[in-house]
Amino acid sequence: MKKSQSESEWTLEIKPVSGWFNFHLKDVWKYRDLLFMFVKRDFVSVYKQTILGPFWFFLQPILTTITFTIVFGNIAKIPTDGIPPILFYMSGIVCWGYFSDCLTRTSSTFITNANIFGKVYFPRLVSPLSNIISLLMKFGIQMILLIGFLIYFKMNGSDVNPNIYILLTPYLILLMAGLGLGFGIIVSSLTTKYRDFTFLVSFGVQLLMYATPVIYPLSALPEKYKWIVLANPMTSIVDTFRYAFLGAGTFNAGNLLYTSVFVVLILSIGIIVFNRVEKTFMDTV
Amino acid sequence: MNSVIKVENLSKMYRLGLVGRRTIAEDLTRFWAKFTGKEDPYLKVGETNVRAVKGRSDFVWALKNINFDINDGERYGIIGKNGAGKSTLLKILSRVASPTTGNIKVKGRVASLLEVGTGFHPELTGRDNIFLNGSILGMSQDEIKSKFDSIVDFSGVERYIDTPVKRYSSGMYVRLAFAVAAHLEPEILIVDEVLAVGDAEFQKKCLGKMHDVSEKEGRTVIFVSHNLHAIKILCQKTLILNNGELFANGNTEEVLSMYHELNRDIKIGADTEVDNIKSRRGNGFIRFTSIDALDFSGKSRYTFEHGEPVRFKISFRTYKEMNGVTLTIAVMSGLSRECLTLAHHEITRQKLDAGITGEAVVEFSNLNIKPGEYPLHFELTDIVYNGYSKDVIDDLTPPLVIKAGDKVKDSEFDPEKPSGFFLTPSKLILNELNENVMEVKNI
Ligand SMILES: Nc1ncnc2c1ncn2[C@@H]1O[C@H](COP(=O)(O)OP(=O)(O)OP(=O)(O)O)[C@@H](O)[C@H]1O
Ligand SMILES: [Mg+2]
Repeated sequence: MKKSQSESEWTLEIKPVSGWFNFHLKDVWKYRDLLFMFVKRDFVSVYKQTILGPFWFFLQPILTTITFTIVFGNIAKIPTDGIPPILFYMSGIVCWGYFSDCLTRTSSTFITNANIFGKVYFPRLVSPLSNIISLLMKFGIQMILLIGFLIYFKMNGSDVNPNIYILLTPYLILLMAGLGLGFGIIVSSLTTKYRDFTFLVSFGVQLLMYATPVIYPLSALPEKYKWIVLANPMTSIVDTFRYAFLGAGTFNAGNLLYTSVFVVLILSIGIIVFNRVEKTFMDTV
Repeated sequence: MNSVIKVENLSKMYRLGLVGRRTIAEDLTRFWAKFTGKEDPYLKVGETNVRAVKGRSDFVWALKNINFDINDGERYGIIGKNGAGKSTLLKILSRVASPTTGNIKVKGRVASLLEVGTGFHPELTGRDNIFLNGSILGMSQDEIKSKFDSIVDFSGVERYIDTPVKRYSSGMYVRLAFAVAAHLEPEILIVDEVLAVGDAEFQKKCLGKMHDVSEKEGRTVIFVSHNLHAIKILCQKTLILNNGELFANGNTEEVLSMYHELNRDIKIGADTEVDNIKSRRGNGFIRFTSIDALDFSGKSRYTFEHGEPVRFKISFRTYKEMNGVTLTIAVMSGLSRECLTLAHHEITRQKLDAGITGEAVVEFSNLNIKPGEYPLHFELTDIVYNGYSKDVIDDLTPPLVIKAGDKVKDSEFDPEKPSGFFLTPSKLILNELNENVMEVKNI
């Protein structure tokens, strides 16, 4: 009688890892202060480390855009849907950059945080979540750059037509973040056991870029290969983004829906795997 | 009494060695066994964890069938040799690692301090790091804000609070980190060996704070340390882990005396395989074959009354040619691990071949140190020290325990305030070499 009374008061029970589905998403919410602190840490350390820090954020897309314009535009002469090549490439690069940053950064979650994970408990998901939020800073700076170029080209009479679909941008960002996070935490979970996965990522991300309409428009693809590129969930994001800001290409709600479903799926798988691994990971490092 | 932590049949298995390509195959085997409903094949090969004996399998039980209860407001010490499983237990309690079997029930918020300054970022200022570290340890922003002034005050680094911590001295860094941790207000505070870093003053401050937290605010404290002295001051109850098993659990006084018993069982032999470099080093040219402490009448014991003469009897064996032999016996301070005093004697100046055994007894006739516990350090080297020692036994034997006797004199050493090195007379009262062992053995 007395026993059952005291047993109900336990606030926490630590048990062996079992099952795949007992995650504590509520815990993540409880630790939102920590999430905020991690983001702040990233902001401050980028800002303080070098004066060049934020400057690099500008330089990187500009240099890449120039390279792409020369290589793919002038030499390979890949069409750009009638849009100034600089705007075409830069819009693709900015989008792709955010996604690939999210993926690569979160994919090393366990390795970069091994020390702190080994010393203190908090829902591990807080770390990759803080990464994708911090990366918004870089994305935001690059967006300003892109908009600057856009205004310049528009004033000089180029045929670019930003339109109402711009309102979709937050949703597109959410999709990219979800996609990067989903893939990233799956990879990070795998790397704790089989380290060879780390190289596969950087290689895979590069390869995936060529299966995304970053350097070419969807319209320039031969019908035969189109399905490969359309199966890539990033495709509709980049495509919609370009349509919204530059008015080129098409807007296809079906493709965007496909991507949304894909994101939900990959994110669910990611969270399940990640939750499982976070409990056994300390034994394998 | 109300129990706040209840540990039931807790076990933890680890895999030793490198995780190689084999693991994929192993995982498949495991999966197959699970799939066909058989028992996990790797759970069987685990064996108890004896550091000195090389195991045959790569799986080891870091903890095995642990059961205990901790009551509200108790200060509990956990002691045990290196690798006994203390940190593993704390890691499971703090949810950093998961148990393999068994479970733990906890009542109340747990904060664990497995390290000071977890997550400190060098580029951030002291102020930012207080907030960052505080959130990592589980405090909310408001909580940190309300305690901020008192944290800064406790740390004593006000002047540098807006300087990046990379410019802090290591002492300031530790102070700030501990100040944050000291202001956590969990119902249960878990502390692992943080006292090992920092100076004597800092160690004392930590101990004092832990004591206050429990005494004044009624919180439960769990404290792991190799420092038996600190355990004795702080903890009412103690448990001993030995090779992953619970060896004893009870009042600190009683348990500590059992710990000495346990340590007495360690036999230092030439073939003791001690892979922990911290405890045994050397190139194996010569090895201790036994180490013992003796009293005046030749009886073996490690506990002495204050003022009593203490003798150490050692024997050794050479495995390679040695250019003479010297023996060093050092008495260390339990708190700071500084050397308090030592005896240094030439055993022989002549060149020794391999296979020679010897025996020596060193006496400290007047070891004037305060009651307390002193880890011991034994070392054999060539007559000319040429950069590395031949065999070192560091803190593997029981510590020397000095008890307050009748003849307490005004002694110089205080284990709480190690104040440097002291010369103490010692003499070699027995010294024998036996050169014929090899031949005798061959007949
Ligand atoms: N991640 C790990 N992988 C494999 N073995 C491990 C791991 N962590 C600990 N062990 C093993 O578990 C055993 C217990 O280790 P633990 O760190 O708990 O010892 P300890 O009592 O804290 O020792 P110390 O006094 O040296 O701190 C050791 O044999 C150790 O080798
Ligand atoms: Mg330890």
